[in-house]
Amino acid sequence: MVDQSITSLAKKLRAKETSSVELTQDFLSRIKQFDGQLNSYITISDEIALAQAEAADKKLAADDNASLLTGIPVAHKDLFCTNGILTTCASKMLNNFVPPYESTVTSRMQASGVVTLGKTNMDEFAMGSSNENSHYGAVKNPWNLEKVPGGSSGGSAAAVAAGLCVAATGTDTGGSIRQPASFCGITGLKPTYGRVSRFGMIAYASSLDQAGPMARSAEDCAHILQSIAGFDANDSTCSDIATEDYTASIDAPLDGLIIGLPKEYFGDGLDNDVATAIQNAVKEFEKLGGKVKEISLPNLNLSIPSYYVIAPSEASSNLSRFDGVRYGYRCEDPKDLMDMYKRSRGEGFGKEVQKRIMVGTYALSEGYYDAYYLKAQRIRRLIKEDFVKAFEEVDVIMGPVAPTTAFGIGAKTDDPIAMYLEDIYTLSVNLAGIPAMSVPAGFANGMPVGLQIMGNYFSEAKLLNVAHKFQQATDWHTKNPSLVEGA
Amino acid sequence: MSLDKQDVQKIAHLARLSLSDSDAEQYKDSLTSILDLVAQMQSINTDGVEPLAHPLEAKQRLRDDIVTEENRRDAFLANAPQTEAGLFLVPKVID
Amino acid sequence: MNWEVVIGLEIHAQLATKSKLFSGAAIGFGAEPNTNTTLVDLGMPGALPVFNKEALRMAVMFGAAVNAKIGMTSVFARKNYFYPDLPKGYQTSQMDHPIVGEGFLDITLDDGTVKRVGITRAHLEEDAGKSLHEDFQGMTGIDLNRSSTPLLEIVSEPDMRSAKEAVAYVKMIHSIVTYLGICDGNMAEGNMRCDINISLRPKGQAEYGTRTEIKNVNSFRFIERAIYTEIERQADILEDGGKITQETRLYDPDKDETRSMRSKEDANDYRYFPCPDLLPVELTQEYVDIIRNNLPELPTQKAERFMREYKLSEYDANVLSATRAMADYFEKVAEIAGNAKLAANWVMGELSKYLNTEGKDITESNVTSEQLGGLLVRIEDNTINGKTAKSVLQSMWEGEGSADQIIDAKGLKQVTDTGAIEEMIQGVLDANAAQVEQFRASDEDKQKKMIGFFMGQVMKASQGKANPGKVTPILNKLLKG
Repeated sequence: MVDQSITSLAKKLRAKETSSVELTQDFLSRIKQFDGQLNSYITISDEIALAQAEAADKKLAADDNASLLTGIPVAHKDLFCTNGILTTCASKMLNNFVPPYESTVTSRMQASGVVTLGKTNMDEFAMGSSNENSHYGAVKNPWNLEKVPGGSSGGSAAAVAAGLCVAATGTDTGGSIRQPASFCGITGLKPTYGRVSRFGMIAYASSLDQAGPMARSAEDCAHILQSIAGFDANDSTCSDIATEDYTASIDAPLDGLIIGLPKEYFGDGLDNDVATAIQNAVKEFEKLGGKVKEISLPNLNLSIPSYYVIAPSEASSNLSRFDGVRYGYRCEDPKDLMDMYKRSRGEGFGKEVQKRIMVGTYALSEGYYDAYYLKAQRIRRLIKEDFVKAFEEVDVIMGPVAPTTAFGIGAKTDDPIAMYLEDIYTLSVNLAGIPAMSVPAGFANGMPVGLQIMGNYFSEAKLLNVAHKFQQATDWHTKNPSLVEGA
Repeated sequence: MSLDKQDVQKIAHLARLSLSDSDAEQYKDSLTSILDLVAQMQSINTDGVEPLAHPLEAKQRLRDDIVTEENRRDAFLANAPQTEAGLFLVPKVID
Repeated sequence: MNWEVVIGLEIHAQLATKSKLFSGAAIGFGAEPNTNTTLVDLGMPGALPVFNKEALRMAVMFGAAVNAKIGMTSVFARKNYFYPDLPKGYQTSQMDHPIVGEGFLDITLDDGTVKRVGITRAHLEEDAGKSLHEDFQGMTGIDLNRSSTPLLEIVSEPDMRSAKEAVAYVKMIHSIVTYLGICDGNMAEGNMRCDINISLRPKGQAEYGTRTEIKNVNSFRFIERAIYTEIERQADILEDGGKITQETRLYDPDKDETRSMRSKEDANDYRYFPCPDLLPVELTQEYVDIIRNNLPELPTQKAERFMREYKLSEYDANVLSATRAMADYFEKVAEIAGNAKLAANWVMGELSKYLNTEGKDITESNVTSEQLGGLLVRIEDNTINGKTAKSVLQSMWEGEGSADQIIDAKGLKQVTDTGAIEEMIQGVLDANAAQVEQFRASDEDKQKKMIGFFMGQVMKASQGKANPGKVTPILNKLLKG
């Protein structure tokens, strides 16, 4: 049961071959069995899950038109506020925070009838590419426990890959859905900025953050996107452009699909074996009717400096609310107000978070604003224009998600810059706000490789169609890691 | 761009982060290397390029002026470190 | 040295919306602490702002009323600083692209001259909460009911040259925002408050001196006094060869002095940047035009109309148009009485005496405009005379009912029957035979002086109820014999 798709589980639930309660119990026991090794969950909400599963079974019995997601056990990245369930952002700062409200993403999925198994581990406040920056400890890659699962949605990726949930939510500010999906061999979609509401999602960088599905196939991602996408009056930046039926054209043939291959994605720094896997995947698309065209995204290299100014700047302001006054961590015995602020924040935030807050504080401060923040935003426009121009010529753009496969735990912790450079292929997508996916496309050195498929604004249906056709023709997404038991 | 420990402490103060001396030493190096990384932007000519704040360049939607929220004070206060008489408590504020 | 004072003002007007600037929480004071709050006002994780349509409309109305350029694209920016009553660690405000750009308004000074004051800009921003310093286990309590309440910050050019000009300007802004109905103007509750920027320079010097900012002054009187004491303080320093420190100060009305607020000086670097949770606010010309074309009558226009329509003096027209409440009151009284001059005299005279004695605003008057109008109708139709009317007004003020009820109850109706009046006058003349004789023996000038005596006696005899207009000719006739 555990490695099956939403579609097949939905069928079995309706055929009474299994029940949501049974399914939920299976997943909960697998979590007990394997998550001691992986550390992919921060909170397991078993009581709530079982109650939701019972309700789902009743709904399935009573309503033939129940959503396809009814009774499907999922997990949420621990930055979605969940009413009555601890929501930590993997930070000591929110170690004890139980929101009395629900994020739009999780509430829409609840309305679709999912079962919430728990909240997944992540890099603290979504800052990181390895899931090593968690107050609750690093997450391990299910394919190799010595390796990182990627980040920041590393817990969600590991849990899906290990069959500790059917699907999970993630968020992507600079690659945080795609890179862990790539490292763990699952399918992940970062939608167009504004396609999914950010309400109730604890912000890292407001103009870059976007929530999306992480699952075992493009089709499963489509079902989840269907549930969470669309206008939300609570988020001013959420688009009111109508959503599409994301499964309606998922099987459409790819004849004549023009695939752009940006030469900058295949240059120095790309691991040879990863390159081979991506080239093979592109050949597969040619077999499916695609036409390859070499293109250029000339400002790709600038996405790193632009991102590492804009994201920390927004973060420095977004994270000011964590001050020990209304919720979250407050230091012991503050001697005065200033002491309370500085020690609560100094003790409550981890090192990477503090570092980014300081970078952002510096970039926005008097005398530096123009040279850093405004400059980064001008470059952001250049990066967006590169994509706009490219999509005048091609339907989708393909390339690797990351220059390498999952690296070793601890391998890059001493060299933050090397870690930042890992994000080179993903950051520009967030700066431009376009949608992109990571799709399993083979293995290199025994670890999964993700193919990145980028699309024009609001072309999620197209991306899902392209990814789905690939998954019909290949079986990379069906591969499972062999798990190690242990507490 | 190279920061010294005092610069780091100044930034940390602005951001309300307590840093020990050894923290400041560590951050001095890592912040400097990040600033070096982002410094490559300066070599790019962006004259006449408008800053891009939001990817979609959409416009702000407006909310009708109606009261939609009820009092949920108790639920909100439940997460607070210290409260009394419906108030959040903080160490004495001196104006 | 002869100093010239330079004053610029920042006025925060709380907009009279029903809900907050960025959330659906109610606006309201006196509510239990933290009961008018939502996720947004409390800065909870994941909360996002959505902009109130009505606050936008009100800001544009103000811009149109002060002849300002309207920002067709305005942008919200975050002003970052830590303070316990600022839940998000930043205030959402506007910086580079305010909703209202350059404008101006004209103020009339006491000597009748008109002065134009430049408006630099006006921008929308959210208010902070309140810190309560009563002793809570030795700590400060934070109430966020006021958090995210909409404010319009109106920034003037440094165009004012005296405390009187500054007060006249604030009164004009007060009058405009209350006329527009966008702010209740209640300064005592802090719904309109004022930051005063003030500097001195030697007369004739072009450059400005170093300025200080006096924060949060909340009455017309305090504005005037704060400026006087600050001028004196700065002049003393400068006369002694000292330098003014650029700083924020607080006016203490009890001591009538300003003092430095050093806590606010602590390394202010607000790190403004465009709020990424809000998008640019874009207006269409049509939207602005509709607001502009539907502006209510403004104080200056109203004063002009009062002069034209009711033939009031400029002084009367200005007094009666000073606030919308006053103008509405006056116009209602005038309409009922059918005599604007009479209405003006009574509103500015007798009624104002009662208001002033009890320190009440026109909106708190014991006598409604309908009641006062009813009283004046009885003067107009000769039911009572002016003197009686004053005593009726007193009874009305004391809550004894309408003019007609009081006139009836006290039997104050004027006697207008000619026969009855003649009879009564004859009675008075008979009782004062010696004076009548004296009158008849006098020359015309003397007679004119004496007639007042007889008039008084007649009024006394009638207990004030005789209609003076009817008494005079009959008295003259009978005196002549």
